[in-house]
Amino acid sequence: MRYAMAIDTKKCVGCSDCVVACQTENDVPVGFCRDWVVEVVDGTYPQLELEHRSERCNHCENAPCVRCCPTGASYVDDGGIVQVKKNKCIGCGACVTSCPYDARFVHPKGYVDKCTFCHHRIQKGQQPACVSVCPTKCMYFGDLDDPRSEVSMILKKRKYKTLIPEAGTKPHLYFLI
Amino acid sequence: MREEIIVSGRNNHLIDPHLEIWEWQIPMYLFLGGLAAGILFFAGLFYIRGKEKEYPTVVRMAPILVPPMLAMGLFFLFLDLKHKLYFWQLYTTIKLESPMSWGAWVLMGITPLSMMWAALHIKYLFPKWDWKFNWAIQAEAFLQKQKKWLAWAMVGLSVILGIYTGILLSAFNARPLWNTSILGPLFLTSGLSTGAAAIVLMSKNKAERHHFAKIDLGLIGVELFLIIHMFMGFRASTQVQIDAANLFLGGEFTAVFWVFVVGLGLIIPAILEIMEMRKIKVPYMVAPVLVLVGGLLFRFIMTHAGQVSRWLY
Repeated sequence: MRYAMAIDTKKCVGCSDCVVACQTENDVPVGFCRDWVVEVVDGTYPQLELEHRSERCNHCENAPCVRCCPTGASYVDDGGIVQVKKNKCIGCGACVTSCPYDARFVHPKGYVDKCTFCHHRIQKGQQPACVSVCPTKCMYFGDLDDPRSEVSMILKKRKYKTLIPEAGTKPHLYFLI
Repeated sequence: MREEIIVSGRNNHLIDPHLEIWEWQIPMYLFLGGLAAGILFFAGLFYIRGKEKEYPTVVRMAPILVPPMLAMGLFFLFLDLKHKLYFWQLYTTIKLESPMSWGAWVLMGITPLSMMWAALHIKYLFPKWDWKFNWAIQAEAFLQKQKKWLAWAMVGLSVILGIYTGILLSAFNARPLWNTSILGPLFLTSGLSTGAAAIVLMSKNKAERHHFAKIDLGLIGVELFLIIHMFMGFRASTQVQIDAANLFLGGEFTAVFWVFVVGLGLIIPAILEIMEMRKIKVPYMVAPVLVLVGGLLFRFIMTHAGQVSRWLY
């Protein structure tokens, strides 16, 4: 089992519904977010290209945050989901510093918080909150090891990229281009 | 032209617009750790070489300051933790891949060691010192017999501690400025140099002062070499590391780094030490004070600038 997410940059309109859904579902404290939307404008007027990306933790296969964590609070859960055990986290900031995507933050209660791919929802067979609310249906979530899963199928059909693969993290968010 | 903005307004505290999770506590700790490592290294080394009587400050006096230094460093580390009550979790795991875990355990080893060493020499600082309890006197006598082993352990652990202060940062590939293996040796050299400077400052013995000024001069030379090497490496590396180097070569940290760290913290003290060796009269306190302030500033700048440097995507 290897969970992954594919996000269609051609369909995403940057509405930030995914961000609000995540904040609501996961009780993210006010002023913080576990996912966010990046808008990229490339080129010189009038030849401009626009890309929207809904970003979050990449649930890397070679996760620097898990490696750097001195207590083992950051760990890889089933399906390759990178998680934090609150009561093992000392809030040293090593994982926050080690993430090239800046996907982690310190919860006001002191421990480090991040995207969990809505682990509690997928256990019940539901989709992550962000995926389930997307009005353009630009996000695909599923098991990469299952060739018939939605995410495997779309990655077979479409061209995609990952973010900073040169950082050696082997990220598991795929952006369809 | 390429412009990327976070349109959903992410503004995570300590993360945006750039990382600021490590403030003054970490550089203070790195400085105190390096300084303590430097002093313990020389104390152990000069004891092993049988120079205790010739150079009493380094072997007997200076190490007495190390336990409070390490305690203060640890206290700063504790202050840095955001989930403080869980700090003990550090000592429930040994994680070989995590430099911070290494550091926590090395400190666990070297702090009691430095206390033992200080206890063996406290009588030189307070001649009327009395251990009062029989068991304490027996423990002291036992340690006195094992002193050579203590010295060897101190030399070994202090090198690990000194190099660790650099490796702690260099292990983060997400921060291009830190992600160079030169940082370990550079922080070790700088730690040894601040240690030598502290000994010069404390010593009342002219021969000892001269000897350590000479050692410090050598270490400053190595440090300058490593700094130049580091920037050469960055300039020849990937775009993110070129950008990281540019923070110091025209960017926002240029003036403060080259004027205060390299100029006032390394070159001027080196010149003063050479002048002293040539028997030109200069107040001996100036060079070591500059080295210590330079070392502290170096750690502040590296910690801060590293968090500004980042990958672009």
